[in-house]
Amino acid sequence: MATAEEVAKAAERRDVRDRWLLSAPALLVILLAATGPLLIVVVYSFLAPGAYGDVKWQFSSDAWTSVFLERDIFDDTLSLAAAHVTIFWRSIKLAGVTTLATLALGFPTAYFMATRSEKTRDLWLFLITIPFWTNLLIRTFAVLQIIRNEGIINTILLKLGIVSAPVQILYTDTAILIGMAYVYLPLMVLPIYASMEKLDFRLVEAGYDLYATRFRVLWRIIFPLVKPGVIAGSILVFIPALGAYVTPSILGGGKNMMLSNLIELQFGQGRNWPLGSALSITVMIIVMVALLAYVRNASKSGVRHG
Amino acid sequence: MASNFSIKHQPGFTAIAATCFVVLYLPIIVLVIYAFNAATSTSEWGGFSLKWFQSAYQNTQVIDATLRSFQIGAIAAVLSTIFATMAALATTRTNSYPGLTFKYAAINQPLMVPEIVTAVALLIFFSRVKIFTGYSGLGYLIAAHTAFCIPFAYLPIRARLENMDLTLERAAADLYATPWKTFRRITLPLLWPGILAGLMLAFVISLDDVVITEFVKSGGQDTLPTYMLGQIRRGITPEINAISTAFLLLSVAIVTLFFFVSRKRD
Repeated sequence: MATAEEVAKAAERRDVRDRWLLSAPALLVILLAATGPLLIVVVYSFLAPGAYGDVKWQFSSDAWTSVFLERDIFDDTLSLAAAHVTIFWRSIKLAGVTTLATLALGFPTAYFMATRSEKTRDLWLFLITIPFWTNLLIRTFAVLQIIRNEGIINTILLKLGIVSAPVQILYTDTAILIGMAYVYLPLMVLPIYASMEKLDFRLVEAGYDLYATRFRVLWRIIFPLVKPGVIAGSILVFIPALGAYVTPSILGGGKNMMLSNLIELQFGQGRNWPLGSALSITVMIIVMVALLAYVRNASKSGVRHG
Repeated sequence: MASNFSIKHQPGFTAIAATCFVVLYLPIIVLVIYAFNAATSTSEWGGFSLKWFQSAYQNTQVIDATLRSFQIGAIAAVLSTIFATMAALATTRTNSYPGLTFKYAAINQPLMVPEIVTAVALLIFFSRVKIFTGYSGLGYLIAAHTAFCIPFAYLPIRARLENMDLTLERAAADLYATPWKTFRRITLPLLWPGILAGLMLAFVISLDDVVITEFVKSGGQDTLPTYMLGQIRRGITPEINAISTAFLLLSVAIVTLFFFVSRKRD
């Protein structure tokens, strides 16, 4: 029956070929308008800047040197580029604090949603989904109107006589932090909720039967079981927060730049496309490291919980 | 004592959750209220008025940007949904085959890279292509939007397909239906809710994009979000509130529709 085997093999080969043909358009578009251009960024980061933007086609490692270092124009020595280091540190710090803040607020929220009756759960989910799909720019703009000097917060504080002059929140790091925590909160709640929904409360009950306190149950039973959701949420918040463009542009003003604003500057007034490219790749590397950590963690916890 | 001990209770959690929901909606509500403010300043209330909606409606830049957003969104959503449907059919309901993992990674790649990096990459690439071909139309924006919409459209379609077994398709084939007929009469109707959900998701994602559009657009190619960003940076008028409110209404309508389409089982 070698022929039957051959027929089956040929059919399988045809199936695989058809599947490649079917996925070709999607792969091609992504290759052309998303993945492929990333490789060009790598090439550009090793070229010299052109006088009016773009690049000169000659090899140069200057862009990579100036990601963190700067050359003194008088004695040609290299020193740490304070401005860049500040912006890197600010971006990582703000993205990290945003992640922690959304976790602190999002975890109880997801828990609250998951412990509602099955019918009302959908309503709460819907309420979290609406801001999630609402334009990020509009939500940032909404925060701007709340925290600015003439905004609701300052008006109330002034009327109550708590402060005598408006508190300057806008155009500070705090403003960026508030804005990012606000816009990314649903990204934290949704994956935690997805894990929480599957939580078996018999385990919680068993914990109480064994005289565990509420905190102990939370920390030793609930938290470990929903950890994959917590990690997924943290990644989903950290990555866009690190590369955030809209929120720092609107709430941070000109002085409080984050990485994306620094990158934009190199492609605009800075006219240093290679440096902009090198900075972009650096951001991507940080994100990749975070993602790898996530994948390793996820596969570990996957083994534990089956 | 044991009777009112709730195992689901955690101290303070309900209060935090309530705060979260209030905080999530309060700024949006304030934004909407001020869209109906008669005063020119955005800091005081001057009575109810629709004048900012009227002024937005008469602003040709706003109308232009809105139409462009819809045009790009519609084309990108339809293209990405078609491509994502094909890709989903090719990557589900099969044993693993060489390249399957690669396909998953490639399709989800736009989700893994920060938007700013993709934006910069496209700026560089398209500026070269522009010099080379001389074409500087909306095609670049449509291509970019189609690419980053594919993973979003792919999600619900793939989820739907994975819950469909091959029994009905096999039955159709047994009854001598051609593969195309099986697809048209069996697979497509069953898959339809997933496709619809993917289409709406892709449209919303395209409509919301700021970063990639901001870097890829040529002069005079503002979409509604990039136009708004420019205006907000210059200083705010209640007109932005009015535009935001209209935009918001549209998003909520689409999300509501999406919610019902994707929640409906079979």
